[in-house]
Amino acid sequence: MSVLFIVVPLAVLLAAGGVLAFAWAARSGQFDDVDTPAERMLHDE
Amino acid sequence: MAADATLSEVASPSPVSRRGPVLCKHCNLVVPPGLIDATRDDQFCCHGCETAYSIIHTCGLERYYELRQQLDDRAPAPGTDRTYNDFDDDTFRRLHTRQIGPLTRCELFLHGVHCSACLWLIERLPRMVKGLVEARLDLRRGIVDLAWDDRIVKLSQIARTLASIGYPPQPARDRKSRARRVAEDRRQLVRLAAAGAIAANVMLFALALYAGIFDAMEPAHRTMFRWLSMVLTVLSLVWPGAVFFKSSWAAIRTRTPHIDVPIALALFAGGAWSVFTTIKGSGEIYFDTVSVLVFALLAGRFFQSRQQRASADDVELLFSLTPSSARCVEGCVTRDVPIESLQTGDLVQVLAGDSLPCDGEVDSGESLVDESLLSGESRPVRVTHGDRVAAGTLNISAELFVRVQTVGEETRVGQLMRLVADGARRKAPIVRFADVVGSWFTLGMLALAALTLGIWLWIEPANAVDHAVALLVVTCPCALGLATPIVITIATGRAARQGMLIKGGDVIQSLSKPGVMILDKTGTLTTGGLALVAWHGEDSIRPLVQAVEATSNHPIAKALARDLATPDVPNNFRVHSANQVLGRGIEATVNDRRVVIGSLSFVSTLARVTLEHADLARRWAAEGITPILVAVDGVSAALAAMGDGIRPEARATLDDLRRRGWQLRIASGDHQDVVTRVGSALGFTLEDCLGGLSPEAKLTLVERTKATLDPRSGRRLVMVGDGVNDAAALAAADVGIAVHGGAEASLAACDVYLSRPGIGSILELLDGCGRAMNVIRRNLWVSLFYNTTAAGIAVAGLLNPLIAAIVMPISSLSALAVSLKSRTFADLRDNARLTAPHQPGSRP
Repeated sequence: MSVLFIVVPLAVLLAAGGVLAFAWAARSGQFDDVDTPAERMLHDE
Repeated sequence: MAADATLSEVASPSPVSRRGPVLCKHCNLVVPPGLIDATRDDQFCCHGCETAYSIIHTCGLERYYELRQQLDDRAPAPGTDRTYNDFDDDTFRRLHTRQIGPLTRCELFLHGVHCSACLWLIERLPRMVKGLVEARLDLRRGIVDLAWDDRIVKLSQIARTLASIGYPPQPARDRKSRARRVAEDRRQLVRLAAAGAIAANVMLFALALYAGIFDAMEPAHRTMFRWLSMVLTVLSLVWPGAVFFKSSWAAIRTRTPHIDVPIALALFAGGAWSVFTTIKGSGEIYFDTVSVLVFALLAGRFFQSRQQRASADDVELLFSLTPSSARCVEGCVTRDVPIESLQTGDLVQVLAGDSLPCDGEVDSGESLVDESLLSGESRPVRVTHGDRVAAGTLNISAELFVRVQTVGEETRVGQLMRLVADGARRKAPIVRFADVVGSWFTLGMLALAALTLGIWLWIEPANAVDHAVALLVVTCPCALGLATPIVITIATGRAARQGMLIKGGDVIQSLSKPGVMILDKTGTLTTGGLALVAWHGEDSIRPLVQAVEATSNHPIAKALARDLATPDVPNNFRVHSANQVLGRGIEATVNDRRVVIGSLSFVSTLARVTLEHADLARRWAAEGITPILVAVDGVSAALAAMGDGIRPEARATLDDLRRRGWQLRIASGDHQDVVTRVGSALGFTLEDCLGGLSPEAKLTLVERTKATLDPRSGRRLVMVGDGVNDAAALAAADVGIAVHGGAEASLAACDVYLSRPGIGSILELLDGCGRAMNVIRRNLWVSLFYNTTAAGIAVAGLLNPLIAAIVMPISSLSALAVSLKSRTFADLRDNARLTAPHQPGSRP
């Protein structure tokens, strides 16, 4: 079961990647306005 | 007629029909008199509307009309003929636009943006205006971000196009504070995400470890999971969880009770002890409970901060009152300029219906100015050459030319706004219920932990610290820390749907017990505009007067024409020659009868006034209402009284408030006589009717009354008002309630804004706050029940991390369930019942 020593930290790193991606998205303003894009996509032709 | 009989007549305008023209049930437009069917309740302007209504009605979708009513309450997009040339001025460009490459960008605030169709229309603007590259709208805030090529198109042209499609723009002035708010929101979101990810991962490791207790687990794996849990949890504590340590440190330093103190204590004890046992290699760890606590508490806080509205700073307040542009007269041309570029000595033109951009002296022109904004005085004031006028007041009847004396913050209204901002800043924070309880929690936790430690040191010293830490972790008041923000969030959200905007959670606590309420008169207890309050004379003369007054543009004439109008009977009188004398009256010929309407002095020069009418007119004038005499064919025939009408629901609401134990007073800037008249009609004693108060005097009154209340008694000072003259008092009171139709300054200074007209919804507000407070108390009991049970287990030494991990979420979840199920403010479904008492028909 020594594969756990590689897989578990890898899973943690993946989770960290997810958090970093979210942080990037939040900092670049993608969550500033969550109402308008929902309406906007209905109009795009 | 005796004097008191006159008073009662004034108080209840029973003979007067207050309804305006008949409106179409479906589209709200005026129904032409020919189509009015007196036999039906609902009236329609055309067959199309009638058909549409019957379809909607038969499908059971009448709520459409209710919802639409709420939309109508928001300010309708005012039709505008502004040129917006001031948007091209250099001062404006410097203040509000930025140059990025070849494009210029600017953010504009648009009035009347509310739906998906608005979004579509506004974002299609680049197709309508050549040179405009991009228009992106933020639907919730109503702010559009424009990018255009300055060489092809001017901003004024874009602004005119926006205005022409129904969205009059104004510069969005709070860009800096908005940017700060957005940055803080983003940081909060990232913290929440990190705490959530860590909590989820640590829980997975904990699951593996708990499974390992029953199933043999290799010690190496166990050590790895423990160390990984430790690294992640420490990360969670020093990054997202740091907010709890920071705020509890601040609370300890300033010696103010705060719910964060026991939370931080539990997090610290659980975290530090688990780190110690991990490094030691044996003993219990609480990483899972600690990291989930951080996430759950942050989530509660996140939702609460989303709900709270940011308060405006003084500069914003000022700009919300004065127009953003002025018509500057240079030689023989007038030019639109932003007010920032106005200088002392400039001459500005103020059209009828515009508000004044500056303090100054009237150079030429003669008009009526509504100064109720500053003075609370309900009657317009006549100004002419040499009179001083103030910024923010409204020019009603005719064009004025004003010589600028001061602009911006130095004006009277600017100084007033500084008082408002000071009042808001000095306002002592109310110690919240959860925080008070938090300090008891801290003491209880520490005492119990010391007790546990003592007992176990005596019985079994090796495990003593372990049991004490288990107790600290499990008594963390997280149900209270999580559930209170959720109750407040849900309550304020539901209140907002009911038309009551609550800006902070403190309000809910402050309004849950009766205290002292100071009410403004003009616009709060009364309608704020001129209205017919009494009629003395034959009813047959009414349509005659209505026909004559309808030809005039004077505010009194307009009000009289509106209130005398009978919707069901078309007025067949034809006015032939109307001759108006400004500020005195009007004479006209109607169906060969000579009619003179006006002040006593004016009518007595043109007709014979009977002694009875002259007497009554003088008495009314002494009571502070304006008598209007009507003479027909040379003899006075009727007397109308114009005044500030009392709101229909005011008496019932005030009586209900008194029954609940509130102590009520009136504070008004209007004449003492008028205040006494209104006050006695509403059941106030003479000493509770305070008139002639300047905005500063109102502020002093509020501060002095507040000082007499014992903060420990829970009795708070509530100020209810609408005008700018109330704004400073609203900001200084424990709770400031601004009523519908009030100035934007009072909106910014208040803690609660009632968007339904009148003061009727105050009762609902108080009920809702009382219920919300009960739910918070119930949460405390749920939380206390779990914590004492768990504390009992921990003191007995039976608590292990597995039980802690099960008990903590259950206590939070049950408190959450109680909060979510609770009825604080009624749902929209009950709207019909709630709005029923506010129908105009139900007079006291």
